[in-house]
Amino acid sequence: MTFSISKTAAAVILTSALTLGACSKKAPEELPPAPLTSTPAPTPAPTPAAPTGPVVGSQAHFEGAVGSSTVVYFDTDRFNIDSSDATALQAQAQYFARFPQLTFTIEGHTDERGTREYNLALGERRANSAKNYLVSLGVAPNRIRTVSFGKERPVALASNAGAWAQNRRAASIIIN
Amino acid sequence: MKVTILLPLIAAFLAVPGFAQDLGEPLAEGGDVEDIVIDGEDTGDFDGPLRGTVTDESDWEDLGIAIPAFATDRERPTPANADGTGALGREIARVITSNLRNNGLFKPTGPDSLPNPSFAQITAPAYSSWNGRGAEMLVHGYVRARGDDRLVVGCYLYDVALQDELIREGWVVRPADWRRAAHKCSDLIYARLTGEDPFFDSRIAYIAETGPKDNRVKRLAVMDSDGANHRFLTLGSATALTPRYSPDYSKILYLSYVDGNPRIYVYDIGSGQQTLITENRNPTIAPRWAPDGQHILFSMAVAGNTDIYRVPVSGGNSTRLTDTPGIDIGGSYSPDGRQIVFESDRSGTQQCYVMNADGTNQRRITFFGGRCATPEWSPRGDQIAFTRIAGDFNVAVMTPAGRNLRVLTSGWQDEAPTWAPNGRIIQFFRTTRDAGRSSLWQVDLTGRNERRLPTPVDASDPAWGPIRP
Repeated sequence: MTFSISKTAAAVILTSALTLGACSKKAPEELPPAPLTSTPAPTPAPTPAAPTGPVVGSQAHFEGAVGSSTVVYFDTDRFNIDSSDATALQAQAQYFARFPQLTFTIEGHTDERGTREYNLALGERRANSAKNYLVSLGVAPNRIRTVSFGKERPVALASNAGAWAQNRRAASIIIN
Repeated sequence: MKVTILLPLIAAFLAVPGFAQDLGEPLAEGGDVEDIVIDGEDTGDFDGPLRGTVTDESDWEDLGIAIPAFATDRERPTPANADGTGALGREIARVITSNLRNNGLFKPTGPDSLPNPSFAQITAPAYSSWNGRGAEMLVHGYVRARGDDRLVVGCYLYDVALQDELIREGWVVRPADWRRAAHKCSDLIYARLTGEDPFFDSRIAYIAETGPKDNRVKRLAVMDSDGANHRFLTLGSATALTPRYSPDYSKILYLSYVDGNPRIYVYDIGSGQQTLITENRNPTIAPRWAPDGQHILFSMAVAGNTDIYRVPVSGGNSTRLTDTPGIDIGGSYSPDGRQIVFESDRSGTQQCYVMNADGTNQRRITFFGGRCATPEWSPRGDQIAFTRIAGDFNVAVMTPAGRNLRVLTSGWQDEAPTWAPNGRIIQFFRTTRDAGRSSLWQVDLTGRNERRLPTPVDASDPAWGPIRP
C-alpha cells in the first residue's frame, strides 16, 4: 500500500510554514505617525463596569468555567476515556462550543514509572484520546493541537501511587 | 507492509530558522590521530592474548600493571601542558592508570607512586627494578614535541617476568588531542591483555539535567569516555532528549522541543547547524542510526499511533516499517544491518521484537513475565541489552533470540542501556526515587564492576559512540 500526502495536507503545512515566517518578522522600529484629524475626538461612551474576572481566551477563564475539568486522568499504561474523563470532556466541549473562536492544546503526560521514549508515545496517545473524544462531541479538530511531554513535566513530585495518578493526565491549555 | 511517504519538498520549506535552535557554539573539530612506527625491541610473532575474555572470571583482574610517567627526550614547552613535555608524560600515565582502575581492569599502579624511567629506559626497561614491585606488566611511553608543534606519543607494554616486549604503538596528535594518545595507549594495553576490542578512545553524548523535578532543564552534552573534554551543545531553553552519535562522529541525532513539539534533529558537529529529519507536523521520537550512517530509524506518532520509520540521512522519502495499532518504538540494528530489535506494546505490554531491516518477519523475543523496553543490539552482535521492567527498572542482557536473560543492575529505576564500542560494558542512567535525580552509570557484563560516571550536573540518556578513527 502506498500513499502520499494529499494536496490539502501539503497546503496546510505550507500555509503554516508561511505563517511561521510571518511571525518571525520583527515589528518595525518606528510606528508610522498617527493620522492627523481636525475633528474632535468623540466623547467616549460610558464604559460598563470593568469586568472583574478573567477574560475569554485566558486559561483562568477556562478554569473558572469548567473547574478541575481542564484535566483528565488515566490509569497506569491506559489511554481510554473513562466515565469521569467523559464528564470532564463534556464540560470542556460545552465551553468550547460557547467560545468557538478559541483554540487550545491538549498536553499528554505520563507518570515517571516508564521508559522515556515509550512515555512520549503514551502521552501522545492520551492527548489524542482526549482530542478524539472532544471531536466526537462536536469540537472541530483544527481547533485542537496535541503535544506529548511524556514523563518530563510532572505536576506531583513524589514517587508514589498518588503522585503518579496525578501525573497520568491530559491537560487542555488555551492558546492565547 | 510498507508505506512510503513523499515529503522532500515540504521538508525544504520547513527548515528551522537559526534563531530558534537553542544551540551553543559548535564544537571545534578534533584533529586526526596518526599511527606511526616507533622504535623498540624486536618482538616475536604476536601470539594472541595472554588472558581470557573479560567476561571470564577474575584472573585478569589481579594482573598488576605498573604505569610510570612517560619520559620525554627533551623538555619542551607544549600547549598541552604549561609545565612542558615531561609533565605531560606524567599526565598521560595518570590518565591511563585512571582508565584501567575506573573500569575495574587489572591492578594498575600509577606514576605518582613509581620511579620515573629515563628516556633511554623506555625501549630498554630496567626489569630488575620492577620485579620487586609486584608488577607483572609494565607500561612505558614517551612524549616528544615535534618541530610542527605536534606531539609524538609512544606506548610500550612489557611482561616483567618474561622480560619481553608484548606490543608497542605510536601516535602523532595535536597538543589539544593529547588525551586521545592516553586513551589509545589504554586501548592497546587492554586489547593486548584481554583479547577484546578497544573502547577507551570514544565519546559519549548524553542529556545534562538541572533544576527542580517539575521544571528540569535538559541540555545536549558530550564528553570523552572518561568524562573529560565535556561540552554543552544546547543552551537549555528547549528540552533536549535521547541523543545518538553518528557512526563517524560527524553528527548527533536528538529530540528537541525547540519548536514546541518533540521532533528529531540532525545536529552537524562541525558546523553547529541542525536540520529536521522529516517534517509533516507529526511528533518524531526515538532516533537511531543505521550502522552505515546513511539511514535513520525514527518513530512517529500519527493521530496518536506510533510506528517505526526509516529515512535516508540526506532526507527524502520515509519508509514505514511497522503498522500495528500499538506503540512500536525505538529500534536498534544488528551490527550487520540486517535485523532490527525494537519495542512494541501490541501484545498489551511493552515487549521486545526482532524484524528484518525491511520490516518483514516481525516476531516477539521476550516472554519472561516482565516488560522489555529500549533494546540495544550489542556491537558484537551476540547480546541485546534492554530495560527490564518487573517492579523496579533494571538493565539486563539476553541473546538475540531472547534467551539467557541476565539482570545486571539493581537500582530503583535504571533505564536506557548503551553499549561500549566493544560490547563489553553497558552504560545507562539511574533515577532516584522521589528526588528524581538522574546520573550515568556503567556496568560490565559480569554485573560486578558497576560505577557512576562523573558528570558536572545530573545526567541521563547516555549514548556511547564507536571507537574514534
